[in-house]
Amino acid sequence: MAQLSNTAVYASMLVYALALFAFAASLAARRVPLASSQKVLVGAAGATDTEPQEADEPGRRSGNIALSLTWLATGLLIVGFVFRGLAAERFPLGNMYEFSLGAAIAVALVYLIAASRTDLRWLGVWVVGAVLLTLGVAVTLLYTESAQLVPALKSWWLVIHVSAAAVSGGAFTLSAGFIGAYLIKQRAEDKGTADKGLAGRLPSAERLDSLAYRTIAFVFPVWTFAVIAGAIWAENAWGRYWGWDPKETWAFITWVIYAGYLHARSTAGWKGRKAAIIGLIGFVAFLINYFGVNFFAEGLHSYSGV
Amino acid sequence: MTTTVEPTRSQGPRLGVRGWLRWGWRTLTSMRTALILLLLLALASIPGSVFPQRGTDAAAVAEWINANPQVGPWLDRFGMFDVFAAPWFAAVYLLLIVSLIGCIVPRTADFLRTVRMPPPAAPSRLSRMPAYERTDADPQALDLAEEYLRAKHWRVRRETDSIAAEKGYLQEVGNLLFHLCFIFLLLAVAVGGLFGWSAKVIVVEGRGFTGSLTQFDSFRNGRFVDPDQIAPFSVVLKDFTATFQETGQQAGAPRQFDAKALVRQRPGAPEVEEEFSVNSPLVLPGVKVFLTGHGYAPEIKVTRPDGTVIFDDAVVFLPRDGNLTSSGVVKVPDVEPGFALTGLFLPTATIDPVMGPISTFPAAKDPQLFLGAFTGDVPTGGNVYKLDTSGLERIGTESLRPGQTWTLPDGTDVEFVGYRDFANLSLAHDPGRWLALVAAALVILGVSMSLLLQRRRVWIRMVPGADTVADVAGLSRSGGGRVHEDVREIVTVVHKPQTTEDETWHN
Ligand code: HEM
Repeated sequence: MAQLSNTAVYASMLVYALALFAFAASLAARRVPLASSQKVLVGAAGATDTEPQEADEPGRRSGNIALSLTWLATGLLIVGFVFRGLAAERFPLGNMYEFSLGAAIAVALVYLIAASRTDLRWLGVWVVGAVLLTLGVAVTLLYTESAQLVPALKSWWLVIHVSAAAVSGGAFTLSAGFIGAYLIKQRAEDKGTADKGLAGRLPSAERLDSLAYRTIAFVFPVWTFAVIAGAIWAENAWGRYWGWDPKETWAFITWVIYAGYLHARSTAGWKGRKAAIIGLIGFVAFLINYFGVNFFAEGLHSYSGV
Repeated sequence: MTTTVEPTRSQGPRLGVRGWLRWGWRTLTSMRTALILLLLLALASIPGSVFPQRGTDAAAVAEWINANPQVGPWLDRFGMFDVFAAPWFAAVYLLLIVSLIGCIVPRTADFLRTVRMPPPAAPSRLSRMPAYERTDADPQALDLAEEYLRAKHWRVRRETDSIAAEKGYLQEVGNLLFHLCFIFLLLAVAVGGLFGWSAKVIVVEGRGFTGSLTQFDSFRNGRFVDPDQIAPFSVVLKDFTATFQETGQQAGAPRQFDAKALVRQRPGAPEVEEEFSVNSPLVLPGVKVFLTGHGYAPEIKVTRPDGTVIFDDAVVFLPRDGNLTSSGVVKVPDVEPGFALTGLFLPTATIDPVMGPISTFPAAKDPQLFLGAFTGDVPTGGNVYKLDTSGLERIGTESLRPGQTWTLPDGTDVEFVGYRDFANLSLAHDPGRWLALVAAALVILGVSMSLLLQRRRVWIRMVPGADTVADVAGLSRSGGGRVHEDVREIVTVVHKPQTTEDETWHN
């Protein structure tokens, strides 16, 4: 069963790699028609919500193929994840390898669900790239045999905590993609080159900013919940709900920075570029919490296996 | 040049003390200050994850300072090893709390005022709003719109030629709830810190402890806790079992710790048997007892050649690695000459060619005790897990299996009688726990309401001079997109029905 899980994970990586090529091809062919970006600037009702979808828009087909491949790969990854849990006879979020699988699924699913509601094919390269990187690190550096858990990790609160953290990771990754695209597009709009190069393939800066905000507005309560669920688990296992161990400290830092982002977006003089940069710093803090702390810091959160 | 500047300055409005105070307060409670304080709080937390912290690992701090004698003491002076108790950290969060209170009190008052009033009238230029459409409209457009909006629970203000409507007050409620409960959460942490206590104790199977200071290995109490009046319970650790992964890559990893205890809640109360394990603490009145680890305590008996037993006890040996290679000492200073042992207990013993005697599995499959015996002036007091051998004479080393006896050159017998498990227990009393939990739940509720609901206003105005054209506009406070849908829906509602469309609609 564990073997089956590994096979499914490798197969999904292969399909993700194909999806990555298709997304890249789609992005290369794509060009937002001038008319649509003007419409957005005028601010006609609804323009910020639905991109006009011309059937003959270049890159559309390869983009749709890429989306289908991403669905398929994610399905395979979920199979791998489930078999991992069956092999260990427990919820498969017990070590960093399994958490990485879960986080990769979360990134992909959050993206696919968002992409089914609005055109996000241009973001596929970033998302599938992040998923592949996560899986690559997981299978090479983090792999541990499937096994039962050390006693402290046997808790439903832990499962809830880690699941919420994985979903948050997915949405944070998405938001970083929106913010990065926003910064590129915004600079291009300022310079008057919004229709050229990479910027020409992206939606308007206003729309990107709104997408970034909505993603973070969705994930902030989830992250708040993840941190609190972790605190409840810690209270059950160690008798204190908050102890400033490195993982807790960085969870807090991440939370505070994203709160800063939300504030910045409604503070005069901080809207736009500065707020966006705070949002990116929040993502960096999340990554430090995810990778750095597990590898470099000693604490009660040293997960089994890593 | 300076003289020309002087008069202009004195001509300007003078602030005075009250003016300055008001200015200071307004600056402190401004959104920008809150933002900067939030970012500062994040920045100030970073050293707490970079350097070891006294609160979690005092030994690591001492080690760090020893290893870096130049920078260590300086970092210590700046509180880098006590970040979360440092004055500069407190300064940041206290300012943030003051700013927060200064922000939500007027906002709450404001909100309570506006919630009882109809929304403000439509602004003059609707075309400037982020969501805006001009549409052909039914002559009864305003009535239609009003009916529609009221049915959808908007608050509506009707004027002769326009409507203003607002929705999503709960967003503001959520936002205020979130900020308020965040303060309660911090308050709960403070209550726990001031009125709570925690302790650690190591208990060998078959022994017990009571809720008194002398019984604990370490103790931390809040400022308002009387250490003489902790809790009257007594606990005896009746039985302890640990199971480990037997095979595979993770062989030796702990899988399950279970403890059975005989508990008396207060002197004279009946003795009750209770089980507890990791993640499932033993609950006593006002105290929880958490199982956090375990190890072995070899039983050692030392008999002099004349038959006097100078030592007979189970001694806690502290684990050094995941396979529970454990070390400990026996000190018998009050005999002549003084006697001491240093030892290694190996639950599954091997002699590694490089590392020497070492355990290869945490369960006691092949337990052995490696001992060194010393005689001389054995120091009293000090660390019970360490022996300073500088003034002592080594009189022999030996390895023993349970039941074996080792006779030293001077005729003293050292018997390895057997071994028992010990459990590491953490005790915690935190009166702020429930407040923290409730506040945390409300924080989640509040922030979800605040971020997922959208407070927004819409307006409809008949264009003057053309009574079948209407302007429809909307504004969302947080810039969310739902207001565009609202505007579109209102446009559909007030749109002047064309005959063809009319038919299809009514089919
Ligand atoms: C203790 C630190 C604070 C935290 C963690 C925090 C967190 C947050 C969060 C997450 C939001 C987003 C909710 C939303 O956008 O509706 C928010 C909004 C807001 N906060 Fe804070 N806040 C803090 C302190 C303050 C302070 C001191 C002020 C007063 C100046 C303040 C004023 C506001 C306002 C006015 C909003 C609404 C902004 C909007 O409409 O988007 N906050 N805060």
